[in-house]
Amino acid sequence: MMDERAFSFRMSEEQSSMKETLARLMKGRVVGNPAHEMDEQRAIPLELLNQVWELGTVVSSVPEAYGGYGMEYSPILNTIVLEELAAGDMALALAACLPAAFIYTVLEMGTEEQKKKYLPPYCSSAYKACTVAINEPRFRFDATFPETRAVKENGKYILNGRKCFVPMAKDADHLLVAANAEGKTALFIVANDQQGLKIGEREKNLGLYALETYPVILENCEVSVDDRVGGEDGCDYAKFLQKTRIAMSALGTGVSRASFEYARDYAKERVQFGEPIAYRQSIAFMLAEMAYEVDAMRLMTWKAASALEAGRDAKREAYLAKLYTGEMTMKITDYGVQILGGHGYIRENPVERYYRNGRGISILEGMATV
Amino acid sequence: MINLETTQKMKDVKNGVHGMAQSMLRPISRHYDENEHAYPKELDIFRSIKLMSRPKKKKTEDETKTETPDPQKLGTNLSTIISVEEMCWGDVGLLLSIPNAGLGNAAIAAVATDEQMERFGDKWASMAITEPGSGSDSGSITARAVLDGDEWVLNGEKIFVTCAERADVAVIWATVDKSAGKAGIKSFIVEKGRPGFKLEKLEHKLGIRASDTGTYVLDDCRIPKDNLLGSAEVKQSTEGFKGVMKTFDNTRPMVAAMALGVARAALDFTREKMEENGIIPDYEQNPNNLNALEKEFCLMEAQLEAMRLLTWRAAWMMDNKEFNNLEASMAKAKAGRCGTLIVQKCCELLGPLGFSCDHLVEKWMRDIKITDIFEGTGQIQHLIVARNVLGYSSRELK
Repeated sequence: MMDERAFSFRMSEEQSSMKETLARLMKGRVVGNPAHEMDEQRAIPLELLNQVWELGTVVSSVPEAYGGYGMEYSPILNTIVLEELAAGDMALALAACLPAAFIYTVLEMGTEEQKKKYLPPYCSSAYKACTVAINEPRFRFDATFPETRAVKENGKYILNGRKCFVPMAKDADHLLVAANAEGKTALFIVANDQQGLKIGEREKNLGLYALETYPVILENCEVSVDDRVGGEDGCDYAKFLQKTRIAMSALGTGVSRASFEYARDYAKERVQFGEPIAYRQSIAFMLAEMAYEVDAMRLMTWKAASALEAGRDAKREAYLAKLYTGEMTMKITDYGVQILGGHGYIRENPVERYYRNGRGISILEGMATV
Repeated sequence: MINLETTQKMKDVKNGVHGMAQSMLRPISRHYDENEHAYPKELDIFRSIKLMSRPKKKKTEDETKTETPDPQKLGTNLSTIISVEEMCWGDVGLLLSIPNAGLGNAAIAAVATDEQMERFGDKWASMAITEPGSGSDSGSITARAVLDGDEWVLNGEKIFVTCAERADVAVIWATVDKSAGKAGIKSFIVEKGRPGFKLEKLEHKLGIRASDTGTYVLDDCRIPKDNLLGSAEVKQSTEGFKGVMKTFDNTRPMVAAMALGVARAALDFTREKMEENGIIPDYEQNPNNLNALEKEFCLMEAQLEAMRLLTWRAAWMMDNKEFNNLEASMAKAKAGRCGTLIVQKCCELLGPLGFSCDHLVEKWMRDIKITDIFEGTGQIQHLIVARNVLGYSSRELK
């Protein structure tokens, strides 16, 4: 207990300087027209992904032996990064941090061979996509129990199943696929040109227009036993889920904050009945609620990340954080549209985008990590 | 560096107070709910514990320098917040009845001179602000104080005073100059037994029945000149009034902590019943694949966690000498409202068990409602938060 950290709500210098750097980048390059254009064009400029990548947000904590900078790994810092990026644009945040979902998992749970083989190519100086295939296109989907199956035959795993919302699957050389391996959920590293793996047509979804996502069909796809994450005994999939849930919470905080800030500024400028609509309690009270719920979401996220950072199991905290931010993001982004009224319904204003993207927080699993 | 892991010291405080709440408050909880206004004599044991105390004001120059708080130390405010949650897990009405721990004591501890501290520091003090025509709008009070020689003469009526009967002294808010508005409002210490000072009646309430809420009438009540708390000077600005309102930045998180305690009591009881019936949340599977009861329960747990973090932040900021007016109101706005909703829902989920007086949940549903009302209603808290985030004055956002 000697090295117990002080209880604190204050960011360290490193944490606040990373936050400021990202906030500046988002303000200059993303917020406003660029984010709108990315959404309309359904594409994120690679240059932008590289700009975020160069800040080392993903690879800085990877040991130098695998191509990273060997800095301290901090789940809390990662939530700060995700919130800040998502306050700019959630699709960008997901794309920019996507490699982390692959890299961190292999780093934390992979065998030495897997780390040596799969990490260095993705820890280079430029952004290179690698992805995760967790979600499945079915009613009552539960990330805890994937229906994709992995059966061991003749020293290989045979994978069968359908995945959806696989970000950047076309560009990613490798996918991390969640499957039920004889009753235990396992993760497999699968090359995107592997026989039996088919990447379908790019999906159209409610939100995240700018993020390329694809369905992935696995039909008797053979995977070497060496490519089961963690080897024969598998990996701690529950931990994997915890970390992704904390990441989704951080993204929810960011999107909600963006909606709150936009609606707040709008309400101060929009004049009706001779005064700003923010002078009215009906609007002002919605903004008050938005303000403290954004803070509550962030604190829930930090709380769960604090457990991880202390090396403790974060199962309950991560679950409650995602449950909370999932519910609240929907409520807050809904308020954002409502405060702008008819103007909130028009795509030129970003609140409708936050509203569409926000629906993803409670639905999507496994697409980002801390 | 951000770290929201509960420290060992925080756990120690929690566990210590929890044992006390369980062994001393819970067993008498129903009794004092049914015997409204009866003094809970079991609480006399707390009389010697100075909950609302303070060290003597430092006089010398270098000692008044603000000390940088030791990050490893558990601050007083956060420690109090943790204790209040645990005590209210036991019984919020009884917490409000603890001798010498009234709101008046908080006000005295905050602004009294050393000489006043000497005279009133160990007295049980109630706080009388509200009037029949003056609730949330505390700036509009009409009780007045007129200086007559070496004495203040007080006239007016004060309602909804907590510990009205049991307190030894009352901190009375009155105006010395009605035309000066808020700037003219001062607080005065009136000892029980002063001629012209009368406890008019005690209220019959929805909840917190263990707590004696009453009405004071002041009819040409004379008190010594130096019973005025703080400065007598009526300044042009409303700094003095704001100073008094600042006490709320400290006490509002405490009310939020009360909501935490009661809501958690209800959630703990609900969980107990769920577990007896083999329903145990696993915090892993898709919440939409759980049954309605389980999902509602998990959502309430998440709400409670959110309430607690907002409350802890407000208290932690105060410990770290950060201005927390916004955060204190955020905590109370959230905890008062969500706490109330949590207990309502627990009653619903428990069905007949939640409606019967055989169990305490029905009581908790009545008790917790007060947390969204006193120390500024939920609406006032939203107003404060809104003004803060919009940068508006009270004139712009009414």
